[in-house]
Amino acid sequence: MIGTEYKSDSNLEQVLSRGDFAVTAELGPPKSTDLDLIKKKAGLLTGCVDAVNITDNQTAIVRVSSIAAGKLALDMGLEPIIQITCRDRNRLAIQSDILGAYLLGIRNVLCLTGDHQCFGNHPTAKHVFDLDSIQLIQMLKDMRDKKVFACGEEIKNSKKAEVKEPRMFIGGAANPFADPFEFRVIRLEKKVNAGVDFIQTQCIYDMERFSEWMEHVRGRQLHKKCKIMAGVTPLKSVGMAKYMRDKVAGVTVPNYYVERLAKAQDAKAEGINICVEQIRQLRETEGVAGVHIMAIEWEEKVPEIVEKAGLKRQ
Amino acid sequence: MIVAEQKPIEEIKGFLAEHKRVLLLGCGTCVTVCLAGGEREVATLAPILRMSGSIDVVENTIERQCDAEFFDAVKEQAESCDAILSMACGVGVQLAANIFADKPVYPALNTKFMGTNDGAGQWSENCLACGDCKLGVFGGVCPVTRCSKSLLNGPCGGSVDGKCEVDPENIDCGWQLIYDRLKTLDKLDVLAENPIPKDWSQTHDGGPRKLSREDIAGL
Repeated sequence: MIGTEYKSDSNLEQVLSRGDFAVTAELGPPKSTDLDLIKKKAGLLTGCVDAVNITDNQTAIVRVSSIAAGKLALDMGLEPIIQITCRDRNRLAIQSDILGAYLLGIRNVLCLTGDHQCFGNHPTAKHVFDLDSIQLIQMLKDMRDKKVFACGEEIKNSKKAEVKEPRMFIGGAANPFADPFEFRVIRLEKKVNAGVDFIQTQCIYDMERFSEWMEHVRGRQLHKKCKIMAGVTPLKSVGMAKYMRDKVAGVTVPNYYVERLAKAQDAKAEGINICVEQIRQLRETEGVAGVHIMAIEWEEKVPEIVEKAGLKRQ
Repeated sequence: MIVAEQKPIEEIKGFLAEHKRVLLLGCGTCVTVCLAGGEREVATLAPILRMSGSIDVVENTIERQCDAEFFDAVKEQAESCDAILSMACGVGVQLAANIFADKPVYPALNTKFMGTNDGAGQWSENCLACGDCKLGVFGGVCPVTRCSKSLLNGPCGGSVDGKCEVDPENIDCGWQLIYDRLKTLDKLDVLAENPIPKDWSQTHDGGPRKLSREDIAGL
C-alpha cells in the first residue's frame, strides 16, 4: 500500500485500515513539570500499543498540555493521539494548536466536548464551548480535506503561498451508556457525518448493553464508515467498581463484576482477569475494530493486559 | 423576567458605612415580580438599615429603573441624599448611576438571569439573549441556555436519567428535554442534521450590544 491512500501519516490509521485489531491506551500527563513521570509512563507503553491517548486537562484539572506531552511521547517512539476538548479553547486557539501539533509530528486527534469545569480544580473558571465535539470534528476534517480554516480561508501563509494543511487522523468519543439511549447511535452517526475516522467508546462494563448498542451501530452501517474501538478500564478494587457504578455519570458497572471482585482473594488480579475477558469478548464482536485500554493511574498493567488478551504487538 | 436576589446584608451595610442619608430606590417591574426589589422589599430593607446605624433612609419605588423618564419622580429626594441604594437589576443600577452622576449608586441585589417563575420561591434561567433565536429548530427548548455547555449537538455523556451531571438534583439535561419534545412533535429527524458553529458575534462576545429601530425613532 502506498501512503497516498491514507488520509494522514498516522500509524493508527494504517493498523486500522489493514483490519488489524488495534490497541490504544491512555497516558495522563502530570499535574506538574515532572518530566520523569511522562517518560516513565511512555516507557511502559512503548511497543505494547499502536497509539496512546494523551488527555487534555482531564476532569478539568490542570495538567501538562496534551500536545507537549504528546511530543515527548513521540520522541520516545510512542505514537500520540492528542485529546482536544472544547472547554478551554475557542476555534482560533484549537486551529492554531492543530497547526503546531502537526508540525511537531502529531497525526492523531481525539475530539471531545470536555468535562465541565465544576468537576476540576478551577471550578470558578469561565468555560469556552465555542464549538462542540461534532463541530470540532467537522472543522478538522475541513482543514484536512478542504484545506480551509473554519472561516473558509485557505490554509496558506499568503495569497501566493502554497497550501499547507494539517492532515490529522480524526477521532471522536461515544458513550453507549448515557441517556437518551436511543439517541446515542444517532449522535454517533452525526459524528460520522461530520467526518470522524475512528471512535473510542466510554469504558464498557455492561457488555449486554454494549452489544445492543453495537447492533444499532451495525444496523446503520456505521462500523463501515468509521473504526470503532471499544473502551475498557480495569477495575483495581471493589471500591473502584462501586465508585464507577455509583458516582461516574454515564458509566454502569453490573453487580456481578462487583461481587466477583469482592469474593476474589486478589482483587487486583481479578480486575485484570475481568478486563482480559472483556477484551476477548469485544474482539469477537462484529464491528469492533480495536480496544482502548484506559488503565487509570495503572499504566504499568497495560503490557500484561495486552499480552494476556493475546494482542502483543509485533 | 429578569430574576435577582438581595445581596447579603453585610455587603449592603458595607456600601453605606460612610453615608448619612440614603435613597433606597425600588423598581416596580421584574424585581417586584420576583420579590427581590419592589416596594415591599424596600419597606423591609429600610428599617433594617436604619437600625444598623445612624443612617437616614428615604424610601421610594419607581415603575422602571431601566427607563430614564421614571426617575423624574425621585430627583428631589435623590438631591437630599448623599448616596443611592438601588434595588433594581444591574440595568437599573447603571441607569441610576448615569442619572445621578454626582452621587454614588450601589446595588442592593445580585442580578441572576432571565427566567421563569416555577412556583413559590423558584425561578429558572431560560434565555441567554444570544441574539439569534433557534427555539424554532429545537422544539422550543434552548440548547444555548438549558445545556450547561451550550452544546448545539448534544447531549454530552453526562446526561443520566434526564439530569445534567453538573447538578443532577437541580438541573434537567436540556438535551433530554429537546429530545423528548421533538419526539412528541415527531420531528426527531431535525437532530440528524449538524448545526454549524454558532455566530457568537451576535452575543455579548461581539461587544456590548445596541439596537436601533428607525421605524420607531422620533415617535
